[in-house]
Amino acid sequence: MSPSPQINAAPTEQRWPVGKFALITIAVLYLGLVIFVPAVNVFAQAFKNGMGPFLSNLVERDFLHAVQLTLMISLIVVPINTVFGLCAAWAIARHKFPGRSLVISILDVPFSISPVVSGLMIVLLYGRNGWFGPWLQQADLKIIFALPGMVLATAFVTLPFVAREVIPVLEEVGSDQEEAACTLGANDWQIFWRVTLPNIRWGLLYGVILTNARAMGEFGAVSVVSGNIAGQTQTLPLFVEEAYKQYQTESAFSAAVLLAFLAVITLILKEILERKTRIKDVAEE
Amino acid sequence: MSSAASNPKRTFAPWTRLAHLSWPWRITLGYLTLMLFLPVAALFLKAAQEPPAKFWAIATSPVALSAYNVTFVTALIAAAINGVFGILITWVLVRYDFPGKKIMDAAIDLPFALPTSVAGLTLATVYSNNGWIGSLLAPLGIKVAFTRLGVGVAMVFISLPFVVRTLQPVLQELEVEIEEAAWSLGASRWQTFWRVILPPLVPAALTGVALGFSRAVGEYGSVVIVAANVPFQDLIAPVLIFQRLEQYDYTGATVIGTVLLIVSLLVLLAINLLQAWRRRYES
Repeated sequence: MSPSPQINAAPTEQRWPVGKFALITIAVLYLGLVIFVPAVNVFAQAFKNGMGPFLSNLVERDFLHAVQLTLMISLIVVPINTVFGLCAAWAIARHKFPGRSLVISILDVPFSISPVVSGLMIVLLYGRNGWFGPWLQQADLKIIFALPGMVLATAFVTLPFVAREVIPVLEEVGSDQEEAACTLGANDWQIFWRVTLPNIRWGLLYGVILTNARAMGEFGAVSVVSGNIAGQTQTLPLFVEEAYKQYQTESAFSAAVLLAFLAVITLILKEILERKTRIKDVAEE
Repeated sequence: MSSAASNPKRTFAPWTRLAHLSWPWRITLGYLTLMLFLPVAALFLKAAQEPPAKFWAIATSPVALSAYNVTFVTALIAAAINGVFGILITWVLVRYDFPGKKIMDAAIDLPFALPTSVAGLTLATVYSNNGWIGSLLAPLGIKVAFTRLGVGVAMVFISLPFVVRTLQPVLQELEVEIEEAAWSLGASRWQTFWRVILPPLVPAALTGVALGFSRAVGEYGSVVIVAANVPFQDLIAPVLIFQRLEQYDYTGATVIGTVLLIVSLLVLLAINLLQAWRRRYES
């Protein structure tokens, strides 16, 4: 008497597990080819010969300079774009006006433009033959092939993140609490710090994290405006490409693994923030 | 008394609103002008300065046409592949429970978060003739890295999250009851899939594919590393612009850049129309 488990199962349930298993296998294989294997490869290649060569690559002078420059650009760009993103989100979420959806689409434009075209536009504005070229030369200001150009390019490609994350949160929270605070005599600054900001903090943080990840990882736009001079205008993503082109694969992967860590941390923070907002949603219901 | 209580609200609220309105608006518009409108205007005006005949000649030169072909056709194929597998992956993520599902879900976003040069580096290594996957394909005579196929793999990588993340909320809202109803009314598995499950997913899938296509068309970092960048073979338009700039050929870069920008803006318009259509479809 060995009871077959299939006897009691409905025909539908009997057929699904096979389909389920097949579909999961296909999904895992596809993601393996496209994402998992390449991701694991970054770490495997970087630590192929153990920690020693990895650590010695990390103290190379050009590499350290690239890390420094990447951090500096991100430190300049993230606060600027956060302030802008908050202003834009507030302006859009708290007002009904004709052409509102057009403004939201315009905010998205930097995401749709190829990074190379973004860099090209900045060169056409600030380069030697650009609109402001003669004026900048007279004032002895260097923007292209220097830090300001790289900051401009990075700010351009990361412009929409904060506003995009904050607008839906602001819309969901509504303006009731702000209006209540206003009638109770709070000034604009107090309303922002004590009412609006606490309400949008997770959405804002999410936008800031995405801005930072892209700012540190941007390659195309920065590559166009930087000139890619080792030890001067070379960021970490540029260092990766340059080292690879010079057949210093080991050094390229040492830098790549740092950037991959950044990506993994970003994903973990994203997961935590999403859980936080989800829990809040459930609690409010 | 009641008028005293409501009066400040009536007089001060609009005033504070106006004060609110002005500064964030001023910053928003000022920043957008400096960072977005001015650069876009610079590109268009520079392009407009060229005589139309010259513009046309550069925009339709053989090397440019071949670059458009490689860029747009490969991006379309990559986005379409992700459309099919994106539906499958989203289905698996939304409907099934299995060990490792959380990691799989989180990994979908990796292409968003991983810097493109790192993506290019690792794809070029994995898919090269002695890489983990490339060495399996090499005996079959398939070369991926440094060919147009490599361009396609990079574009698939970069556009996958757009499809899945657009489909996920739609599939989550799809009620299982409707499928069960179709089942109980005698529909076969295929009929249930084609007539009940797929139709509501189509608008979202198309939006996701369009978003992925838009991203793949502009992609530079990963493609430039994984491809050999040989004209008429695997040279994409963004790399062609970059090469023109390196040769100080600002006119050539501007013309091809303008073509690419116009296509990007048209795709953005199409995505907005698709989303408007979806909202009408869903309500």
